[in-house]
Amino acid sequence: MAISLDDPKKFRPLVGQAHQVAMNMLRPISRKYDRAEHEYPKELDMLAAMIDGLADSGASEGAGAAGVRRDEKDADTTVKNGANLASVMSIAEMCWGDVGLLLSMPRQGLGNSAIASVANDEQLARLDGVWAGMAITEPGTGSDSANITTTAVLDGDEYVINGEKIYVTSGDRADHIVVWATLDRDLGRAAIKSFVVAKGTPGMRVDRLEHKLGIRASDTATIIFENCRVPKDNLLGSPEIDTKQGFAGAMATFDNTRPLVASMAVGCARASLDLTRELLANAGVEVDYDRPAVVQSAAAAKFLQMEADWEGAYLLTLQAAWMADNREPNSLEASMAKAKAGRVGSDITLSCVELAGSIGYSETELLEKWSRDSKILDIFEGTQQIQQLIVARRILGLSSAELK
Amino acid sequence: MSLLNSLRPGGRHGIATTESRDPIGYLVAGLNRLAQSDLIDRVGLRKPAEQAVFSITSSGFKTLTTAGRTFARAGKVGRPGVRVAPAARTGLFDLTPTEDEQMLVDVVAEYAEEVVRPAAAAADEACAAPESVLKAGLEIGLPILGVPEALGGISEERSAMAGTLVAEALARGDLGLAVAGLSSGSVATALGLWGTDAQQQTYLPAFTGDDAPAAALALTEPSVLFDVLSPSTTAVRSEGGYTLNGVKSLVPRGAEAELFIVGALLDGAPALFLVEAGTAGLAVEGDPAMGVRAASLTRLSLTDVRVGSEAVLGDVDGSTYRECVRLSRLAWCALAVGTAQAVLDYVTPYVKERQAFGEPIAHRQSVAFMVANIAIELQAMRLVTYKAASRAAAGKDFTREVALARKLCSDKGMQIGLDGVQLLGGHGFVKEHPVERWYRDLRAIGIMEGSVLV
Repeated sequence: MAISLDDPKKFRPLVGQAHQVAMNMLRPISRKYDRAEHEYPKELDMLAAMIDGLADSGASEGAGAAGVRRDEKDADTTVKNGANLASVMSIAEMCWGDVGLLLSMPRQGLGNSAIASVANDEQLARLDGVWAGMAITEPGTGSDSANITTTAVLDGDEYVINGEKIYVTSGDRADHIVVWATLDRDLGRAAIKSFVVAKGTPGMRVDRLEHKLGIRASDTATIIFENCRVPKDNLLGSPEIDTKQGFAGAMATFDNTRPLVASMAVGCARASLDLTRELLANAGVEVDYDRPAVVQSAAAAKFLQMEADWEGAYLLTLQAAWMADNREPNSLEASMAKAKAGRVGSDITLSCVELAGSIGYSETELLEKWSRDSKILDIFEGTQQIQQLIVARRILGLSSAELK
Repeated sequence: MSLLNSLRPGGRHGIATTESRDPIGYLVAGLNRLAQSDLIDRVGLRKPAEQAVFSITSSGFKTLTTAGRTFARAGKVGRPGVRVAPAARTGLFDLTPTEDEQMLVDVVAEYAEEVVRPAAAAADEACAAPESVLKAGLEIGLPILGVPEALGGISEERSAMAGTLVAEALARGDLGLAVAGLSSGSVATALGLWGTDAQQQTYLPAFTGDDAPAAALALTEPSVLFDVLSPSTTAVRSEGGYTLNGVKSLVPRGAEAELFIVGALLDGAPALFLVEAGTAGLAVEGDPAMGVRAASLTRLSLTDVRVGSEAVLGDVDGSTYRECVRLSRLAWCALAVGTAQAVLDYVTPYVKERQAFGEPIAHRQSVAFMVANIAIELQAMRLVTYKAASRAAAGKDFTREVALARKLCSDKGMQIGLDGVQLLGGHGFVKEHPVERWYRDLRAIGIMEGSVLV
């Protein structure tokens, strides 16, 4: 054991592969699908097949939005660099390529993360290989996801789901939807459960697709549930309403997905930094790491600040993933990572546009696109303010009733 | 000089040269001069309180550095010194300190909490570290942390990581006292890293003994937009050695120091020179600053100071100097992390206890989010600093990492100092609470070069 924060040696091949895919597959079609919103990026099918092949051959470990199971059986106390670290690192690389396309990767949806995180063994086996979108947000319910109004009522061996969900990433393309619904609105957050609904199930339909600021390659759907019946085995996790455990079950998914979203922000921001560093160098501005920032040009000083913030966001992300790999509770660190990465992602991508001037603002480069793509990463899976709220409650030891 | 001339504005008292005085301005300035003159003292209107002793709490009183012990020449000139091996790394991402590091941190943390913190406010006021605090620091081995085991120290391998953890733990007690306690060890560590056999044998026995000398690493200079890589202090080859000229500022414990490492430009490249206190041409004056006051900051002037040819520490091509600057910045980052942690530790219970509008202020998002951001940025500072430290200990290049750590720690550290005071409101502004001291101390990050090193 020794403190070391360098990229884990064992993931070099994985990260290298992801980088090559991002550079040679995603970047060339990045602008195309930014312009052609809602068009299916058919190139991704081949990519998904390739990634599955790599996974089957054992050449890659945990690439993509794999969820993480905390297997308690293992009493091994040696330090692990496992699937969580592998995921955040490879996702950051892919988002260096294109965030929207990463979000559109078949069978890598956030719903897959939820399944991997909370499904039982039977469900895991049954749902192997599906592509699952995640439906939480409703027209009247954003950050306060405990207030969702979509209901699931047990009727015989089936749950009957009713409600409207918005902002479902890959909602049109995925073959399954993991939907949050309440078993009993009077019992509050403890009654909120997640259900897997296969596409084509009567009563579930895609109502429309959103037109967005960024991540336009990714489809964002509104899905309506009208007396949609699913087998009761499709409830993920336990059907018991445990008021003591409260919201913890459903929220546990976030501990796993927040570092992933943080890594998306980190990857997207690095794309901006890498290109801007070169554009600045071409313009005669080299960043000197030894000289004080105040004796360098304003552009170089700004770059130093951005890179320092970026490094902080990146390491917070790795920390959260490393803790999950080593079975340490990481809610606090996951929220810290997402808060820092989200705001740093916006500052970096927007500032790089400014530094590059009209080159940055024009569609001839991708800088302006990255500065649009990055915004969502400070919003979904918990906004900046929600992350601050979580961190504040944890640090101050306050309940949600005390610190609203 | 005529009175009018001496009343001309600009250049002094923080007044820009573009300012001009009108007749009322001249009248007020004249009155002020009268109020300051000896005249009223002679007629007994003011108590005489001049002291003709060296006072670190005010500048302008210059004295020669005190000749300390005689460092008996030993070892072989020109033979390389003892070097420790780089720390081993497994290639894993890991945030767990080694057992040795953890033990060290536990001891230092206890010292910081029980000895350093209680002494901090008075030491800040007095611009001096109490003897008892320094002595306790010697007892837990602060000066020999980075000295190789073979030379009487405790370091079996490169100790940059351990040093970083120790500096952080110390600063959680108090930054000023941390600098006072670490400045000797920083010189000893530098001797361990770059000293020749002769330099190590001559100086290190004093540091590893019971009565380690005060010593200081003097790199900072009093100039605007100071770039440590281009010092104004010069070294010129002269017969049998070098002649040094220049001024160093914010030198910790300069009045007590028995040995200095001074940065100077030699043949166009910066290099390090060992200068013993008492050398002719060396003078020291108090240089009290906004913060870091417990470290008894001084200004060191070198006027035709002659040192021998064996006084050069390390290479003269600039490489040793650069590494020294980076390791010093690393230490300052660690100090920033420790101080910022002290702020977080302090404001957390405070905002939960302080009531306003019928409930603790912590129940308000505008307050709670400030605390959350302190926690977030602090952890980012810590991780970026640890990354640089770990790479330094492993013998890897850490130029980029330490630059980013310094930028982050200086920006976010200052923000944390600022928010620490703001969260306490008026109470934060008075010396009853330590947050105003941390505010002053955290402004040093990004300004100070040298002084400490890991």
